[in-house]
Amino acid sequence: MIARRLALPLRYAAVIALTLFFIFPVYWLFIISFKTPEEIFHYPPVWYPKSIQFANYHVLFKDGDAFTVWNSLVLASISTFLAMMLGTMCAYSLARFKTGGENLAVWIISQRLMPPIAIIFPIFLLYVWLAWVDTYHGLIILYTAFSLPYVIWMMRGYIEEVPLELEESALVDGCTRWEVLWKVVFPMVRTGLFATAVFTFVFAWNDFIFALVLTRTEVTTYTVQVTHYFGGQSNFWAKIAAMSVLGTVPIFVVVATMQRFLVRGISMGAVKG
Amino acid sequence: MAELMIRGLHKRFGPVEVLRGVNLQVSSGEFTVLVGPSGCGKSTLLRTIAGLEDIEKGTIEIDGKLVNDVRPRDRDIAMVFQNYALYPYMNVRDNIAFGLRARRTPEAETLRRVNAAAELLGIAGLLERFPRHLSGGQRQRVAIGRAIVRNPRLFLFDEPLSNLDAQLRDEMRSEIKRLHQELAATMIYVTHDQIEAMTLADRIVLMNSGQVEQVGAPLELYDRPATQFVAGFLGSPKINLLPGRLVANGSRLHFEAGDGTSLMLPSHMAAAAHSYSDRPVTLAIRPQHVTEALGIAGPDDVRLRSSIELVQPTGSRTYVTARLADSRVVAEADAHAVLRPGAAIDLAFDMSHAILIDPENGRVFACGIAG
Repeated sequence: MIARRLALPLRYAAVIALTLFFIFPVYWLFIISFKTPEEIFHYPPVWYPKSIQFANYHVLFKDGDAFTVWNSLVLASISTFLAMMLGTMCAYSLARFKTGGENLAVWIISQRLMPPIAIIFPIFLLYVWLAWVDTYHGLIILYTAFSLPYVIWMMRGYIEEVPLELEESALVDGCTRWEVLWKVVFPMVRTGLFATAVFTFVFAWNDFIFALVLTRTEVTTYTVQVTHYFGGQSNFWAKIAAMSVLGTVPIFVVVATMQRFLVRGISMGAVKG
Repeated sequence: MAELMIRGLHKRFGPVEVLRGVNLQVSSGEFTVLVGPSGCGKSTLLRTIAGLEDIEKGTIEIDGKLVNDVRPRDRDIAMVFQNYALYPYMNVRDNIAFGLRARRTPEAETLRRVNAAAELLGIAGLLERFPRHLSGGQRQRVAIGRAIVRNPRLFLFDEPLSNLDAQLRDEMRSEIKRLHQELAATMIYVTHDQIEAMTLADRIVLMNSGQVEQVGAPLELYDRPATQFVAGFLGSPKINLLPGRLVANGSRLHFEAGDGTSLMLPSHMAAAAHSYSDRPVTLAIRPQHVTEALGIAGPDDVRLRSSIELVQPTGSRTYVTARLADSRVVAEADAHAVLRPGAAIDLAFDMSHAILIDPENGRVFACGIAG
């Protein structure tokens, strides 16, 4: 009896302890970004600053470093849009016209398994030749190409779940194939579409290796910018923290607002209805 | 309203030949039912008419115009699918309006026609609802509404009632029949249910393994089937099939079962069947023409004594399974007759409704009911 009465509080205690453990690094990152340099290096550590100050952010905006977040936003948004458009069309073709037979889809997803580092130097040489290094379109095309296999694979699964009769009915009722895609397939797979788009966006947003090799000064992304604060002599922890927060907030907002779609989208393929 | 003409249609899925030279003519305003067992190609035939399947060989003409390579949207047809195919993200009004909007009909006209169709089908009160909030019967009405609102030349129904329960199916069947009478449109209806075929059709097209077995009015197929397959497919309970041989006895012909039981054929059948005397034949006779012998025998009645194996009351009639030679015969008896398995029964065979089949090719060569 007593054991049972204790069980619930104990479970809660365990859950709270675990949550604190995992959330602490995030908290620490945020809190450092609001600290003064003295507070950052103080011993014993300052668990919470006496006053919130925005000097670290102010510097990032004043020096133009914050612009790299904008770069990331532009690259991730446009490449996500392109990958979703092209990928959904490819997926539709694979799902409905059996393009490439049974094996093409597997071959496409296998491209995603390739480690980026393995192909980055050939791509770098190609980009130098094309004069695409340090350009928006260079990275956008690369991110799009790299996300396509994932988008095609996911969207193919969602499209296959759409009852064929819905499309046939629309065809008989007077739609072209393009209209069927737009008026029937898109609405039917929209939750899956959102979920896939979020993951595609996050991939481009978090990319480091491509941006590191293929950018110099013009389209530096925030992930590359953060590394600039690691110096040979010292690390600019305040800037690192503030920049990381700037990079985290947009993705946090996206996921938080889309959470409803995300959960439904991920589980959609699993159970019918 | 449209006329449909199909000639020499062939269709294969990989190695399987689904349609093997189908010829079919549907007149304007006619209600034609394609019926047959699963896998006979009836749904495929319907889908080729809709343009949803390509064909290998043959022609499809609507109103004299070849449509082999015409896209589904340009054939001016409407199709009702088995699982309704309603768009779950649209309410009933938008579902019904979908086809009109796809064809860019002016919005005022669209709404007027949607309301008229909803009125006709008794779903005017459901226009704001979403498909998930509708019952099976209501969904099917919406699906039909989506077809009639466009006022197409040709209506195609692909087993539209098979997802409904029995009671609702009866109700919707009458509804579809009423619609056909009101719209006087050309309709082609696929079903595997012979009751649906019999009750709805102006003309039945009975299909078997990718070919048309027989075409005709429901009663024509029922009374004068061309083959054993047709005789066996239509009618419930199934027609009795008895193996035996024909024996000539003077000017009359007798059917003789394996144990020597003899059934005399009516004189008008003898002429057609004479060339089959002394040859094996199959006698087909429907349960309602094998009855419990009561009172005075009719002119073509043949009476036999048999023993009861099984009694199946249905309420309106009771079906009795009895033994005849090596076969079983299902006979129809009065619902309130006292019948027990094991007891003896006198069966009266109304031979004026007998059908004789050549067992070698399954073709009917003599029919009790003349054409």
